[in-house]
Amino acid sequence: MNKKMLLISRQAPYGKSTAREAIDIALAASVYDQDIGILFMDDGVFQLLKSQKSQNIDQKNISSILSALALYGIENIYVHQESLDARTIRTDELVVDDLQLLNNKDIGHLLNQQDQLLSF
Amino acid sequence: MGFILIMIFSLAVYAAPYSSQASHSAYQFALAALLQGHSVHRVFFYQDGVHNATNLAAPPQDEFNLQEAWQRLANDHKLDLVVCVAAALRRGILDEAEAKRYDKPSHNLASEFTISGLGQLVEAAVVSDRLISFG
Repeated sequence: MNKKMLLISRQAPYGKSTAREAIDIALAASVYDQDIGILFMDDGVFQLLKSQKSQNIDQKNISSILSALALYGIENIYVHQESLDARTIRTDELVVDDLQLLNNKDIGHLLNQQDQLLSF
Repeated sequence: MGFILIMIFSLAVYAAPYSSQASHSAYQFALAALLQGHSVHRVFFYQDGVHNATNLAAPPQDEFNLQEAWQRLANDHKLDLVVCVAAALRRGILDEAEAKRYDKPSHNLASEFTISGLGQLVEAAVVSDRLISFG
């Protein structure tokens, strides 16, 4: 059985373990051959920034995991345009090249297409 | 006239007991669903939710003991309570086998819970009509 799942990641990368442990669910879902996508919105877009120096706080670098999502077969990576705009982040500052920018209206459509939502 | 639609639920619990109401709400949801004849395929504990699985919590006598309540619910309804292994090991929730593997002096996973991987959350999402998240 196969279901369409979307993981919604809305928290900044390091202050809490939420972002990191959410990514682990996406990786597990891909290992089990599920149709999984990830949507980054609100402070979650900070996870995608290049040049994170997480070694200074003794943490693994989240952006290096995110840049490898394609290797895990996770191809549907969505980013909320308004969240980027509100934080003055440009797409060329992000580690993932092949991402789909969605506005508020697009996100409504995306959510409607899913069987299960996992929100973090 | 009317019939009851039986649903298959799974619950994902992400919050620790006591600090947050979320895991207590999950407990009440599971209880309500079971009492109405629905099926609860699995309760999966992840992130700080793994603290629900300790058998060492000793709250004051006049307060609700959520960890014990989960254990009772599991025994009464043969519930599948699963704790994520990676999240649990990071937070010091271990069963006997993991304690032995990592050479730890003790273990604290209540016997009603099992330690397994995130695949169990994915499987629950696939086979359940609804996956409800708490926390």
